[in-house]
Amino acid sequence: METLEKLKEILSECKGEDLDITPETTFDELEFDSLDKVDIVMQIEEAYGISLGDNMQLSTVGELVAKIDEAVANK
Amino acid sequence: MENRVALFTGAGRGIGAAIALTLAKEGTDIAVVDYSDESAAAETLAALKEAGVTARYYRCDVSDFGAAKAAADQIVKDFGKIDILVNNAGITADKLIMRMEEADWDRVLSINLKGCFNMIKHVTPYMMRKRYGRIVSISSVVGLMGNAGQANYAASKAGIIGLTKTVAKEFGARNITANAVAPGFIKTAMTDALTEEQKQAMYKLIPLGCLGETQDIANAVKFLVSDDARYITGVVLKVDGGMYI
Ligand SMILES: NC(=O)c1ccc[n+]([C@@H]2O[C@H](COP(=O)([O-])OP(=O)(O)OC[C@H]3O[C@@H](n4cnc5c(N)ncnc54)[C@H](O)[C@@H]3O)[C@@H](O)[C@H]2O)c1
Repeated sequence: METLEKLKEILSECKGEDLDITPETTFDELEFDSLDKVDIVMQIEEAYGISLGDNMQLSTVGELVAKIDEAVANK
Repeated sequence: MENRVALFTGAGRGIGAAIALTLAKEGTDIAVVDYSDESAAAETLAALKEAGVTARYYRCDVSDFGAAKAAADQIVKDFGKIDILVNNAGITADKLIMRMEEADWDRVLSINLKGCFNMIKHVTPYMMRKRYGRIVSISSVVGLMGNAGQANYAASKAGIIGLTKTVAKEFGARNITANAVAPGFIKTAMTDALTEEQKQAMYKLIPLGCLGETQDIANAVKFLVSDDARYITGVVLKVDGGMYI
């Protein structure tokens, strides 16, 4: 689960604290606001050289991991 | 205001240099971003260093999106962070609209307005991480009043106000404030060249009856970036002797 580890890093840096996340963690629980979300998407895009688009409606961390893996595979 | 780092555009001389020196005297380290040759800013840099702070020069045209990013990134490498951004670089190319060329319009808008966007765009990611930022952009009363012969300049300075208010709303949740200062007639080399008659005509437009000093602008910026102004964002502070009321 490399993607999850990397994502944990990005989300933690954005939050300014070490987050304990699993694929089941929901974004609602993490309480990111709209700026955080844009920031996170941009960091993921930069880290993986992929494009995720502007309108991502995701509820869990696992869904985001799947989306990243899919975009990386299609690169 | 010790241990803070401020990025100034167009601070090689003039109003920008006066503001930078005022903050330097409070212990703020200064990154000067200007597009003229470094030698033109030598005096300013020497004065900043004499104030006992770290001061460096970055040659960059703020209207160049990529160059603005490179400058912001390099400044963070050199100083570790950017707490304060002062958008001061500005030019004029005055003509009546009847005679104004497309190039006059484009150049003034791209330096005065797009230059502010470019710096804000590339500096705010760093401010967001730190949950702290103070942005002040130098507008002009001309942006509020309009002025014959300055369609391009007035539009660019009015644009700065809309940009500032938007930045205040988008980044407020990250403890980043954005304000504009609108100077009136300020004593500079340009106004020194006016005849006594022209000056008298100008004084009649100003309730306080005299020109402003660059230090008056510096004092306003110093306030807006200070902790005393922590709850102030999205304002346009006129420093014009009452010229536009
Ligand atoms: N002087 C006044 O009375 C007055 C009144 C209202 C507003 N203002 C505004 O105050 C600001 C400073 O004015 P000033 O009178 O000190 O002007 P100035 O011409 O003395 O200084 C402007 C500085 O900006 C730099 N600069 C110009 N284009 C640049 C670019 N593309 N990239 C980087 N740097 C660039 C110049 O090299 C110069 O050092 C300007 O935004 C101006 O519009 C001045």
